[in-house]
Amino acid sequence: MLETIPVTIESVRDVAKQCFDEGWRLVTLSAVDLGEAGFDILYHYDKDLVMRHYRLTIPKETVVPSISPVYFAALLVENEIRDQFGICFADIVLDFGGALYLEEEVRAMPFCKVSVAQKQC
Amino acid sequence: MARTILPFGPQHPVLPEPLHLKLTIEDEIVTEALPTLGYVHRGLEKLCEVRDFNQMIQIVERVCGICSCLHALCYCEGIEQIMGVDVPRRAKYLRTIWGELHRMHSHLLWLGLFADAFGFESLFMQFWRVRERIMDIMEATCGNRVVVSVNVIGGVRRDLTPEQCQWIEQQLAISEKEIKQLQTTILSDYTVKKRTVGKGVLTKEQAYQLGAVGPMLRGSGWAQDARQTGYAAFDELGFEPVVEYDGDSYARCAVRFRETLQSIDIVRLAIARMPAGETAANVSGAMEDDTLRPVGGKRGDIMQAYNRDKHHRITAAPPPNFDIPAGHVAAKVKGKPDGEAVTRVEQPRGELMYYIKGVGSKNMDRVRIRTPTFANIPPLLAMLPGCELADVPVIVLSIDPCISCTER
Repeated sequence: MLETIPVTIESVRDVAKQCFDEGWRLVTLSAVDLGEAGFDILYHYDKDLVMRHYRLTIPKETVVPSISPVYFAALLVENEIRDQFGICFADIVLDFGGALYLEEEVRAMPFCKVSVAQKQC
Repeated sequence: MARTILPFGPQHPVLPEPLHLKLTIEDEIVTEALPTLGYVHRGLEKLCEVRDFNQMIQIVERVCGICSCLHALCYCEGIEQIMGVDVPRRAKYLRTIWGELHRMHSHLLWLGLFADAFGFESLFMQFWRVRERIMDIMEATCGNRVVVSVNVIGGVRRDLTPEQCQWIEQQLAISEKEIKQLQTTILSDYTVKKRTVGKGVLTKEQAYQLGAVGPMLRGSGWAQDARQTGYAAFDELGFEPVVEYDGDSYARCAVRFRETLQSIDIVRLAIARMPAGETAANVSGAMEDDTLRPVGGKRGDIMQAYNRDKHHRITAAPPPNFDIPAGHVAAKVKGKPDGEAVTRVEQPRGELMYYIKGVGSKNMDRVRIRTPTFANIPPLLAMLPGCELADVPVIVLSIDPCISCTER
């Protein structure tokens, strides 16, 4: 079983900053649709080939603080999650506005199991 | 100073796949680069909800043709981790051999494209001629040249006979000699150095902080490679990563060139140490589909395909006269994947990561794929500002971009 460390929406950027200061490399983020329960966002970090995973569980339509001001590399994956799941990230360093892969007129979130989400944040 | 916005791509002679960069130029110097993606996005991850966990092997192999074997390996290791499948040691060695053959043909492909990017067309053809021999090995041992489809949950579908192993070693000896003959041109030529040394520098700190992986990371002085984690048979092969320290396009080229030769040594070592035994565990659900059983091939089928395609070939020698043996299945493992796993393997372009979540049904709840080019785009955006416009094509190519991988 994958061992994950729970993290709250208030502390997600502080945790990222702490990981950055301790020399952890951001591997990526993974979003999982939990249906009615909302979303899981997993933050995967690596240091000396050892991985650490933080799990943020959020209700739908929650705006998540972007960690791209700390880890520039997060900008692409956060934009991808916005495209696929409709999760919005606040203060992202380069915001494609939900059009990284999709055309701007697309309003459904293709990776949500039941997609009624709106693209406007 | 006047600013000019210049579109680079999505169609460009150095780009095999579509990537668009919006370059801001001031007096021929790039001051900003912004990417645009979405030209080849296929939504392959989403298919895990409608294809069962075995069929997903064929899906993930098509994320990227060039490293299809390693995508399947990473996915299968994730499922095996969730289901607690003990993969036979012989299967681990076979996975290592085919994985390293994929690395070799990917690096040779890139070295050819890189040579072509600065006008060395003959060198381009020389690298691809060598690559053709590696493709022949894969065809003769798997039945396919690119998407080899050898991995299954629990092991591999094919086996290698002693005669095949001996023939592979002979082919690798010829390839090694041919690759070394090209070393002087690709690494010592004045023009190549003029176009690559000091171009697109990524410092050691930048490489780590921006999440670079693979030859991008190792070309900047970091001795980090997912093969050090010991997946497949690497825990028994004493692997040490190739490292260069200058962080420029030349260093990345040198890493890939040296890794090609290193892969030959790894395949030789794996063949020498490969134990006898089964090639796959019998996983419930994985072997019930006829299309996923360990299978062999007849010499006649291979020769028919060879004769059909021979006018496309560069190498003269036909594949050797042997059949492809099927694998041998071990004890049965029952159940459906229920749980989460994160697995990593080292693709030719860098670290590949899969996050897999199963909920005890035949379909996976989530398959998340983080490909190496996806990780290497942010470092590219940091490398381009400050460089001359004429150097942009070589710098972009130096990350070995695979956009089909990136967008999935």
